[in-house]
Amino acid sequence: MRVEVRDVRFGYGASGPEVLHGVSLAAECGTLHGVIGPNGSGKSTLLRVIGGVARPSSGCVLLDGQDISSLSPRQAAQRVAAVGASEAVIFPFSVEETVMMGRSPHLRFLTSETSLDVAKAREAMERTGVAHLAERRITALSSGERQRVLIARALAQEPRVLLLDEPTAHLDVNFQVEIMELVQALAHESGITIIAVLHDLNLAGRYCDRITMLSSGQAAACGAPGEVLTEEHLLDVYGVRAIVGRRPELDRPAVFVISGSPRQGGRYVYGERGERGRHGKPDADREGGVSSGADDIE
Amino acid sequence: MLAVVAWAASAGTAGIPTSLALRIVISRIPLVGRALAQWPALLMARLPGQLPDSLDPSMLESAEIIVLEVRLPRIVLGLLVGAGLAATGASFQGLFRNPLADPYIIGASSGAALGASIGILSAGRAGLAALSLSSPSSYIPVFAFIGAVITVIFVYALSTVDGHVPTDTFLLAGVVVGSFVWAVVSFLMVTAGEDLPKVVMWLMGSLSAKSWAHVRMTAPYVLVGTIALTALGRDFNLAACGEESARYMGLDVERFKKVVILLGSLITAAAVSSSGLIGFVGLVVPHIARMMIGPDHRNLIPVSALGGAVFMVAADTLARVIIPPREVPVGVITAMAGAPFFFYLLRLRKKG
Repeated sequence: MRVEVRDVRFGYGASGPEVLHGVSLAAECGTLHGVIGPNGSGKSTLLRVIGGVARPSSGCVLLDGQDISSLSPRQAAQRVAAVGASEAVIFPFSVEETVMMGRSPHLRFLTSETSLDVAKAREAMERTGVAHLAERRITALSSGERQRVLIARALAQEPRVLLLDEPTAHLDVNFQVEIMELVQALAHESGITIIAVLHDLNLAGRYCDRITMLSSGQAAACGAPGEVLTEEHLLDVYGVRAIVGRRPELDRPAVFVISGSPRQGGRYVYGERGERGRHGKPDADREGGVSSGADDIE
Repeated sequence: MLAVVAWAASAGTAGIPTSLALRIVISRIPLVGRALAQWPALLMARLPGQLPDSLDPSMLESAEIIVLEVRLPRIVLGLLVGAGLAATGASFQGLFRNPLADPYIIGASSGAALGASIGILSAGRAGLAALSLSSPSSYIPVFAFIGAVITVIFVYALSTVDGHVPTDTFLLAGVVVGSFVWAVVSFLMVTAGEDLPKVVMWLMGSLSAKSWAHVRMTAPYVLVGTIALTALGRDFNLAACGEESARYMGLDVERFKKVVILLGSLITAAAVSSSGLIGFVGLVVPHIARMMIGPDHRNLIPVSALGGAVFMVAADTLARVIIPPREVPVGVITAMAGAPFFFYLLRLRKKG
């Protein structure tokens, strides 16, 4: 399912400041689309707008051409599923119960799950490798396991669009890679359009098909990872001096952050030294072609 | 549940044996009663217990009145109030994702207290002796119900922002408004004079001296409300995952919140207005039920209701018989019995 975001503006509350100042993006069917940007740039808000949870003050979100605001929550949930950034799990539901909740948008009021629903939930659990945890309490799982359970719950909805808010947050590198490979496979093999807010620039650069970089509620850059993750953009948007190289194993960018940039007038001023314009080049020594992508620096 | 009802029907100062009490109750259940009339010997013999040998008709008559008009309405009301409070407690804990939530958290209790106090005091002041003597408890529940509903509406209106009701704001508003209303109640109590004991007794909560009128007033709200909450079980499960997650799984969260707050408030108002503030049932019974059967609200709400009903009637019967001929307010018993049991369960779960 193609997701198109058209010039979306959004502010929390009637009088609150505007968080998104006209953002547009398009995510094609079966692709993994990354959304990156500094804290407070509106990434998570954009995701909520795309999911129909936050209603934009102007602009629209189209799913295969259909405006999501014309759908009921139930209809929207049959098309779009999401896994939030840090979902606090309070009640000790079992893993199976949790995943089964994903079937809700397909169930009618007062009916119970059929064997078909059980099969779909099982399939989702197997897809994310949590089938063996079915009887465990979700409160007793590790973060990595819990994340895969929540993705399984989203898959049980049989969505055609999957929204992920920092799916690798608080995970160790092995689980980060595991989750990202799962997510990439879901997009490429199952044809789900995935839009993921990512924190880690190297993971974004390595796995995403396209990336949108947000800066203060606007799309600062959009395109293939190599086009978006550039030294200029990183200085501009994040205010850090970085070296962007190539990964040794595939033609993807690898980001090395050198230091916070002394940028005047910006929000990320770390020192008095260096009077540089907004588009100034970092004066860090460039070690051209540095390419060891093993270290994920944020 | 049947065992508790049987105990509750027979225990007491009048000394009516269980066997007799059971027979009286059963004889009045419509279909079964008629069957009993047709084959009395056969079925009566199968009931447990021995009838006393000498049953003179006048004693039978008074026993019938005591059981049917005094104990039975009290038992049925206890079942209803316990079920309603526990079901509402389980619902609010799920909706607000807060283990400390109980039916009283949104201000219904303080509102009912204010309504009841005003009712009691104005009756005393105006010298409505005739009214209060003829039906001492018929108008106070009405005052209490109105007070509870008005308070919840006020809390709701206070916390509504742009048509949304943020959960945290709502809970906070409930607590704040509750404190204010309690202050007003305290003020009224200071000025109450000789009516003070009545107010205090009402606040402590009791099922004593309840008639079928109370049952009729409470039953519709509790029955309809509890069944409706149970029917929403799956939606409660989604809501328990967090509002945003629930929304992504297709739940219209704002509408759901409104429905649950409405149902819960009506149940609570109906329960509180007929029997005063009986604490702990709505807080602890859902926790105990959750520890026993897990957090799936499709089972949790009906099981809580059943548990609350049984717990309430047992506590009330204990309240009647523990220091005869005086009665302990049932709220005292629910807290005294509930707290240690809950603590025991907590410890048990920690070890396991």
